[in-house]
Amino acid sequence: MTSLPAPSDVKLGLVIDLDTCVGCHACVISCKEWNTGGYGAALGDQDAYGDAPVGAFLNRVHTFEAKPEEGPAAVVHFPKSCLHCEDAPCVTVCPTGASYKRAEDGIVLVNEDACIGCGLCAWACPYGAREMDPVEKVMKKCTLCVDRIYNENIPEEDRVPSCVRTCPAGARHFGDLGDPDSDISQLVETRGGFDLMPEQGTKPVNKYLPPRPKTVTPVPELPDLTDLAASRAEEKADGFFGWLDRALEKL
Amino acid sequence: MHPAYSIIFFTVSSGAGFGLLAALGLAAFFGLPPLGVVYWAGFILGFGLSGAGLISSTFHLGHPERAWRALSQWRSSWLSREGVLAIATLAVAGVFALILLIGGAGQIWGLLTAILSLVTVYSTSMIYGQLKTVQRWSQSLTPVMFLSFALASGALLYASLRVIAYGGGGILPTLAALLIFVAWGVKLLWWRRGDEAPALSTPESATGLGHMGRVRMLEAPHTGGNYLLKEMGYKVARKHQAKLRQIAIALGGALPLVATLLASWGVLPGLFMVIAVLAFLGGLLAERWLFFAEAEHAVMTYYNRG
Repeated sequence: MTSLPAPSDVKLGLVIDLDTCVGCHACVISCKEWNTGGYGAALGDQDAYGDAPVGAFLNRVHTFEAKPEEGPAAVVHFPKSCLHCEDAPCVTVCPTGASYKRAEDGIVLVNEDACIGCGLCAWACPYGAREMDPVEKVMKKCTLCVDRIYNENIPEEDRVPSCVRTCPAGARHFGDLGDPDSDISQLVETRGGFDLMPEQGTKPVNKYLPPRPKTVTPVPELPDLTDLAASRAEEKADGFFGWLDRALEKL
Repeated sequence: MHPAYSIIFFTVSSGAGFGLLAALGLAAFFGLPPLGVVYWAGFILGFGLSGAGLISSTFHLGHPERAWRALSQWRSSWLSREGVLAIATLAVAGVFALILLIGGAGQIWGLLTAILSLVTVYSTSMIYGQLKTVQRWSQSLTPVMFLSFALASGALLYASLRVIAYGGGGILPTLAALLIFVAWGVKLLWWRRGDEAPALSTPESATGLGHMGRVRMLEAPHTGGNYLLKEMGYKVARKHQAKLRQIAIALGGALPLVATLLASWGVLPGLFMVIAVLAFLGGLLAERWLFFAEAEHAVMTYYNRG
């Protein structure tokens, strides 16, 4: 049913720390690897070794520049995947019921067997979180690694989304954002986590943590080296170099 | 937004088809049941255009063999409602056609056909009008625009059939001219509102980094293309946009208006009505191509293309 369920108590999601992300794309590759062998059809690629390769990815890392009126610009690496919105417009537009939000934990999923590949859900998502698989012609999206997080056949430390498990910088966190006392909610609270595009009214569950302000180091007063060079040039050298200078002048 | 030919054809053709069925229904309701040539040509065109549009709309699906599933989610989805309503309308119009065939007046079924036809066009328009992500589409005028173009198409086709069958000019071509005029008036207003509205989402709101300064993308996530850029990144060049709007207005607005007015004054009415129909539908194809091509999607704020 593509009507949205009543808001769940458990809201599983990600918190992404823009301060610590180094932009290595390890989460992108790890996501592609896990989800090619896991939930649903493999994540397809076309012309993978050709001139114009395209493929479906559930997670992509952009790099942005934020330039203030004065002072140096900041560079921010920015991973982006499904935000598992509470008011998910991608779910309600689906004509077949393939797109749905789970009542128990809020994860937004696609039942690929019922997807007709119309693409309307991708049009409804402001974040670009959904991509049509170029081979299978069904809609692909982040599953929050639903096949890992509840999987009792893998070690407990692996029961987090693949991107979180792989991030070498510790910039990705997973947990229950519906519980205000959870570690992840506390992290959002203390670091001032925010929503992407709040004006779209989607109420995303995933939050982003802002880059910490840069420490302003005062620039030490340095002598004007151009003047120094000019005054030095007028000085007469003495000793061996003085003799060499005079000898060369005479040539 | 990527202008898919199947969807452009679908919205123009089914709009005209349902518009014509609505015109036939209203004619019967007002005591002028379509008979003879008008009956046969009217229903063949009405069913043909709306049916062809609906079939065409399945061509852009990844899995057209599962299209029947799209009838299940009418509680939440405008796309699903559109499918259900289109089929219901064609069924009711079928009953209406049968009643006329056996000599009935078909007033009730005609009115029902007209109402359902227009509700179907409304639900088509809401597939686009509901998308907050495409600001140009999420205007309250979007359904008004689709409905006025469908009404103008229907009135124009019905008037042409009457003129060809019975000759003479008269009130119907004038009515068609009036509806064409209104439809393009709505379109011009829709264009102006879309052009003037400040962007709802910006790179700053998309990244939440606005407090740090002006935001622009430094590096794209991939060197190659992707589905998002192909589907949502399509953008018509500004200079072509202005030119194409003029072509659409001239072909779909000015020409049919002059032709229908000439027909209403009795100047070669049959010929001028056919010219009006061809020009109007041709102009609508250009207008619908622009409807997609000039619409910008919020996700492109992440790609320096917003």
